[in-house]
Amino acid sequence: MNKIFLIIWREYFERIRKKSFIVMSLLGPVLIAGGFALMIWLAHADKTEQKIAEVDASMAFGKLPDTDFIRFYYPEGNKDQLVADFYKTDYTCILYIPYNIAQSSKSPAELYFKKPPGFAVNQYIRNCMEDKLYELKLLTNNINPAVIKNARQTIILNNMKIPESGRPTPYDTDLPIWIGFVSGVLIFVFMTVYGAQVMRSVMEEKTTRIVEVIISSVKPFQLMMGKIIGVALVGITQFLIWTVLSLVLTSVVSNTILGDLTSNSQKMKEQAEVVHKQGSNANFKDLQKIDATKDAMQMLGDIKKVDFTAIIICFFLYFIGGYLFYSALFAAMGSAVDSEADTQQFMLPIMLPLTIGYVMTVNVIQNPDGNIAFWGSMIPFTSPIVMMARLPQEVPVWQILLSLWVLVGGLILTVWVAGRIYRTGILMHGKKVTWREIIKWVSYKA
Amino acid sequence: MNLLSVQNVTKRYANHVALNGVSIEVPERSIFGLLGPNGAGKTSLIRIINQITGPDEGQILLNGKLLSSNDIPHIGYLPEERGLYKKMKVGEQALYLARLKGMTRADAMKELKIWFEKFEMAGWWGKKIEELSKGMQQKVQFIVTVIHKPSLLILDEPFSGFDPINAQLIRNEILELRKNGTTVIFSTHNMGSVEELCDHIALINKSKKILDGSVKEIRTAHRSSTYDINFKGSIMGFTNAMWTGGELLSKHSEGDVHDVRVKLLGGTKPNDLLKAVMPVAEINSLHEVIPSMNDIFIQKVNEEQVVGTQSNYTE
Repeated sequence: MNKIFLIIWREYFERIRKKSFIVMSLLGPVLIAGGFALMIWLAHADKTEQKIAEVDASMAFGKLPDTDFIRFYYPEGNKDQLVADFYKTDYTCILYIPYNIAQSSKSPAELYFKKPPGFAVNQYIRNCMEDKLYELKLLTNNINPAVIKNARQTIILNNMKIPESGRPTPYDTDLPIWIGFVSGVLIFVFMTVYGAQVMRSVMEEKTTRIVEVIISSVKPFQLMMGKIIGVALVGITQFLIWTVLSLVLTSVVSNTILGDLTSNSQKMKEQAEVVHKQGSNANFKDLQKIDATKDAMQMLGDIKKVDFTAIIICFFLYFIGGYLFYSALFAAMGSAVDSEADTQQFMLPIMLPLTIGYVMTVNVIQNPDGNIAFWGSMIPFTSPIVMMARLPQEVPVWQILLSLWVLVGGLILTVWVAGRIYRTGILMHGKKVTWREIIKWVSYKA
Repeated sequence: MNLLSVQNVTKRYANHVALNGVSIEVPERSIFGLLGPNGAGKTSLIRIINQITGPDEGQILLNGKLLSSNDIPHIGYLPEERGLYKKMKVGEQALYLARLKGMTRADAMKELKIWFEKFEMAGWWGKKIEELSKGMQQKVQFIVTVIHKPSLLILDEPFSGFDPINAQLIRNEILELRKNGTTVIFSTHNMGSVEELCDHIALINKSKKILDGSVKEIRTAHRSSTYDINFKGSIMGFTNAMWTGGELLSKHSEGDVHDVRVKLLGGTKPNDLLKAVMPVAEINSLHEVIPSMNDIFIQKVNEEQVVGTQSNYTE
């Protein structure tokens, strides 16, 4: 067996046998889903009850509407009194509305509190008051607020794609944007995480000094490539496990929840038809429910419509290409330093283009055919991230192919340069290297 | 027959010359000492022989043929600064390193079992390296160096870090390997072990070879007509009798028994000296002082230094 396979084999098996790998592979999708759930839960759960004494000098607002955790009270007495007795009461805040608030936006309302109630409470009070004032002002001008309400109507813009042959089909614009963003971020995370693993592993071999024994048996380049490929296989394995697990999870979800939804929506459709036929006043809440179900159905339908095969294939290609491109650089940097602390100065030039690519995705998903998107997806420093972000929004095939070719060219160059830095770097001990020296190593003879 | 022949090897780095036209010949089945102060270029030479780096000039022959990557399985290397994968298990690690040297899995297994038994480490197979003591790690390291039965074994400071018992164990293994046909290159600062083990040496200083040859010949060549004499009598009488034939280098007296070291001058032979002093002293013993490798090492390296400083002055 060729020695490079031995090295790949060792790098691969030492890693996938680690408990951390097994845990991350199995729990990854669950953790990600759990993370989202936690975020949503935290946003809702972490609310302390607020009792707000409202002093309405303008007499225009009345008691503002309560929510689950914000309650308004409309006590007797003026502001000064309430403020003086604040700590004798169990109010958490006092809201003071000046008498002339409707006349000028320069006369502010005031909120007194024992402890800051937070952004959400402020926002809620402002919204309530603005709505109320809006209505009031309409009324004083003899306009019925209901007229305005009815005059405002939400527009639904159905996106339809007309293929060269065939009928127009509904096209969702939000979903590809999200998929693009997520795959761009995912490829960024994969490249950094596994690139850093390569670097750490190179450093470990250097600092434990085993590297000298190994490169008396194999060429430094073989060792470097074996390591890079071994770690790549670990990344691919992890990605595959995640894909399979996610597919299983989504199929479980769609079989249970979607099953319910389908039967529900069927029932509701019938109801709606009945309502429609009868022409009676449709129950507004029921209609809303029907809409919500329809949205969910639509969403799941759209997910099925996205060409995941192409995205997954491209993800693999760009992951492998981008990973090889960057991990070679990571390996070179790992070989140049003696300790983790020294890596900082060399990490920046690698992390900078990666981060730029990551930042570009925000622009790219909004404007997938712009100049930034095009050049970002051609230059190999950013192309894996940027192209993945563009991809769900239909990129011409020639651009994908060109970008892949440029990436291959780029990675051959970085691997070559890295190999030359690596073979000198791993044997250098005890002195801090500078960029100048590293550049010199590239031209050293073996 | 010489197993290894290093011919006119020069290696330059950006700021200095590590090796400057160095040639050495390592006879087959010998233990060859590669000596020199720190920074002399020993490690550079060893790395070139291991094909970790290549020479800028010159060539290296192994068994009469140019050194190539096919020779990797025939060379075993124990670097001075050594280590193993800390998290990897002993057995797997040994197996991995043996296979990197080109052994098949089955062969490596078989050999490892023999060595593990020999070094009484049968229970270590499943342990991680980091769970072993330093001495135990060194044993593992030695085994993976010799497991593939190299015809050329390169040991850089092999005894550093070993306790005396393990050092003895390794010393015996080196001798055993030599008996079975292995040639050993042995780089060290420990001149005691050079005299004990080495048949030939080369002394490198400041990137140049300044001395080589068989240990016996070198020591003989560096004799300086110095003799240790033990006698009974008067030290005054002894020196007077010696007159200008010799110079007293040192003396150690207990009562009227004296140990003296004498350097003979002007072509005086030991017999002449004996004739001269016999009337005044009762000679118990006389033997020639053969310089130790340590003395020769220091003398040679210092000579170089003096030459170096002198040339600096003349510039």
